[in-house]
Amino acid sequence: MSQAAGLLVETPLQRFRAEFRESKIAVAALLVLAIIVLLALLAPWITPQNPYDLAQVDVLDGKLKPGSEAFAGYTMWLGSDGAGRDLYSAILYGLRVSLTVGLAAGFLALVIGTAIGLIAAYSGGRTESLIMRAVDIQLSFPAVLIALMLVAILGRGIDKIIIALVAAQWAYYARTVRATALVESAKEYVEAARCLGLSHARVVFRHVLPNCLAPLIVIGTVQTASAIALESTLSFLGVGLRQTEPSLGVLISNGFEYMMSGRYWISFFPGIALLVTIVSINLVGDQLRDVLNPRLKR
Amino acid sequence: MTALMEVQGLSKRFVKRLDLAAKIASKLGADVQEEVVHAVDDVSLVIQPGEVVGLVGESGCGKSTLGRMVAGILTPTEGTVLLDGIDTAGLSSSDQSAAALAVQMIFQDPFASLNPRMRVEQIVGEAPLVHGLVDRAGLPSYVDDILLKVGLDPSMKRRYPHQFSGGQRQRIGIARALAVRPRFLVCDEAIAALDVSIQAQVLNLFMDLREELDLTYLFISHDLGVVEHIADRIVIMYLGRVVEAAPTEALFADPKHPYTQALLAEVPRLDQRKRDFTPIAGEIPSPLAPPSGCHFHPRCPHASDICKTTVPSLSRLQKSWDVRCHLHTAD
Amino acid sequence: MSVLSVSGLKTHFFTRDGVVRAVDGVDFELDRGEVLGLVGESGSGKSVTGFSLLGLVDPPGKVVEGNILFCGQDLTTASQQHMQELRGSRIAMIFQDPMMTLNPVLRIDTQMIEAILAHEKLPRKVAWTRARDGLAQVGIPSPEQRLRAYPHQLSGGMRQRVAIAIAFLNNPDLLIADEPTTALDVTIQAQIVHVAQTLCRERGTALIWITHDLAVVAGLADRIAVMYAGRIVEAGATDQIIDHPRHPYTVGLLGSVPSANRRGQRLAQIPGMTPNMLSLPNGCAFQERCTRGDELCRGDVDATFDEAGGYVRCFHPHGSEAGA
Repeated sequence: MSQAAGLLVETPLQRFRAEFRESKIAVAALLVLAIIVLLALLAPWITPQNPYDLAQVDVLDGKLKPGSEAFAGYTMWLGSDGAGRDLYSAILYGLRVSLTVGLAAGFLALVIGTAIGLIAAYSGGRTESLIMRAVDIQLSFPAVLIALMLVAILGRGIDKIIIALVAAQWAYYARTVRATALVESAKEYVEAARCLGLSHARVVFRHVLPNCLAPLIVIGTVQTASAIALESTLSFLGVGLRQTEPSLGVLISNGFEYMMSGRYWISFFPGIALLVTIVSINLVGDQLRDVLNPRLKR
Repeated sequence: MTALMEVQGLSKRFVKRLDLAAKIASKLGADVQEEVVHAVDDVSLVIQPGEVVGLVGESGCGKSTLGRMVAGILTPTEGTVLLDGIDTAGLSSSDQSAAALAVQMIFQDPFASLNPRMRVEQIVGEAPLVHGLVDRAGLPSYVDDILLKVGLDPSMKRRYPHQFSGGQRQRIGIARALAVRPRFLVCDEAIAALDVSIQAQVLNLFMDLREELDLTYLFISHDLGVVEHIADRIVIMYLGRVVEAAPTEALFADPKHPYTQALLAEVPRLDQRKRDFTPIAGEIPSPLAPPSGCHFHPRCPHASDICKTTVPSLSRLQKSWDVRCHLHTAD
Repeated sequence: MSVLSVSGLKTHFFTRDGVVRAVDGVDFELDRGEVLGLVGESGSGKSVTGFSLLGLVDPPGKVVEGNILFCGQDLTTASQQHMQELRGSRIAMIFQDPMMTLNPVLRIDTQMIEAILAHEKLPRKVAWTRARDGLAQVGIPSPEQRLRAYPHQLSGGMRQRVAIAIAFLNNPDLLIADEPTTALDVTIQAQIVHVAQTLCRERGTALIWITHDLAVVAGLADRIAVMYAGRIVEAGATDQIIDHPRHPYTVGLLGSVPSANRRGQRLAQIPGMTPNMLSLPNGCAFQERCTRGDELCRGDVDATFDEAGGYVRCFHPHGSEAGA
């Protein structure tokens, strides 16, 4: 049998990789993102100061210019903030918080939104109408407004911020999953699975869901970026995270009062870090959309 | 002998319900109404063990819907499906799943009918494992056997569907169905999407399997040439209704219903050269608004007044020869 | 003089996975009013041949070699603008999906009148009359009403009729029909074939009917060319091809048609799969599926012509056993 002769033996992953690499910008963005994540992960080992440890923070080091020497003897390359925290250290620790909040909120919203979307698609009828109207209402409010209201009710802290972000974002996933699942469910392989007497749960989770993943990944990246931005916004407005666990938004907010007095660096450097993170996630997301969207396939 | 498959008075109506906006619009006097399609309208069919029944018709005739009801994928609006003389709807859930496995379906599109995220061994092996037809240890050799049976190389079972050609993918679909040891296969346009030279291969496979596994087929197709070759008996449908059912050779020798005659006359054949194509007139009407009386009357050369008003009944001309036409009544 | 004379046509696609020789040396001629059936399976290059004739091959595809002489002028060297003028006036094409030529947001009359006025200066009223007559000629009932319809309001068969009507608006010398009936039902297919056949006969339009279905062209074509993997492997008069096929592939195709076999018996099948255009063997592309293939088949095959102008591209053709 020569059936195998010459057929493309490229696995889906190989094809995906090759197509992703076609955009140099996306590859660069992915690289930047990897470096950012790595810096955040390694923060305790590559920073001169733990900005959360009050014993290491000296108020006398406050508001130092970039490149000044700290009381403890190391150089503060990015300067320090009002409380005497080394900005380089604070940014890396802040990245940790921001990325954690963004990823956790993004992941939870994905799981919850996907489950709700699948339920809507599979049950149909009244349940579906009910869920989808809730999604419509949710999406007609700006996400920041919903998050603000929730944080006002729940209070501050990482866990509460994550809950607020999930509440603001699940609807995007639910809507996407429902639409994709409806398309997939109409395909013959789902009919075949039903004909084979497989249970509803198996059909949904083993057959329909894996084929809805492509758009989910795309939405997931974009929504994670927007979760990070949203958390920073809330923190900047002073309703997000506490001063003791500074995210990038808290840092920017802290420096804001010094902006007018010429101490630009306290807000500027955390701002750049936030910008680079969000832009690179979005660039990666854009390329993922191009690669994973079957309608754009050449 | 009990029929393997018998359907009685089977109907399927698809209703497009009005959503909230449409309901409001309709209250305000807009011209929106619920749309009802009689996809299948009172069809009865008996299929004996070992028989191959060809189901022929053009688009919108309801042949695929009928096939899906027989295969248990769609629930009939009215009527019953009897397997071995037992109504499948009344069975306990375990018997029902056994009944569901006995009837399997082969689909038209070799690309949409396989889950693109699963390897061939999962596609073929999932259902028998779930239903306990084979244990995990015996699964690999079980899958290999089935792949060999449909003419695929078992060494390729770790691959994904997109790495196969159309003909091979159709074989994978057949293997998936055979894996649950069915007795009855519903083939819905199973070779229509394949290249001509591959169609013959798959058709041969169906015939080999029939002999080897004692299978019974409902072979749905728009291609009379294919059905003529493989089927013992042919059922012709038009807009949801059976218009003629007869043994294959008899039907081809002497078609009774004007629609069957038209179909037979218009199938392109190799032995007709420089022919003048003389088609029957008219479009296939929309199933949303089928013509009154006999659905075929607007296109029928023999239509008279009664055809426009009265639905002809399906009458038995001879043993196993049914026609639904006012020109041919039993008495 | 022949309407169309194609020689050595090669259209290749330069893809990421390699060069696909979709059309790899195709020759044929077509006289006025003649009907050529171009038969092949998916990937045989039959459709790309049609697109190449019209100069409609999009990148990464390119006509890399050969001549297309249309009424004496070479289309391969013609300017884009000149091709534009020819398309829709002297050469027309209809597709499997009529929506390829119909614009979904424009009414039928707008599209038909535009098609006329693009190639001829006429008062709108005259163009409208011609459009209405065009619809009537393809058997569309109440053409005045249909002119005001949008494409989506018509059935698949009706749309294909409209596409044919548009194709014939400017009395083309050549019509290329690419699987126009494949998506249609049997009774509708017969109607469409009938319309195209009648119009071509009346106007003396040459017709290339591209299809995978030998049975359709058996009843329609004067001559048949069978394509396999980018080449015409056999060409000749319809009777010759259908009754005395010589290339093993043609023999196999005809043999696998159910009506050529005894009822209920296994069909004579061609083994193997349709070829992968990225990794074709040297020499004859059919050798791996061929019962007659041997060492010789790995070399280049030239066409051998018969007296009637038909030819076969095979070292071991049927019907010449002595010479093989």
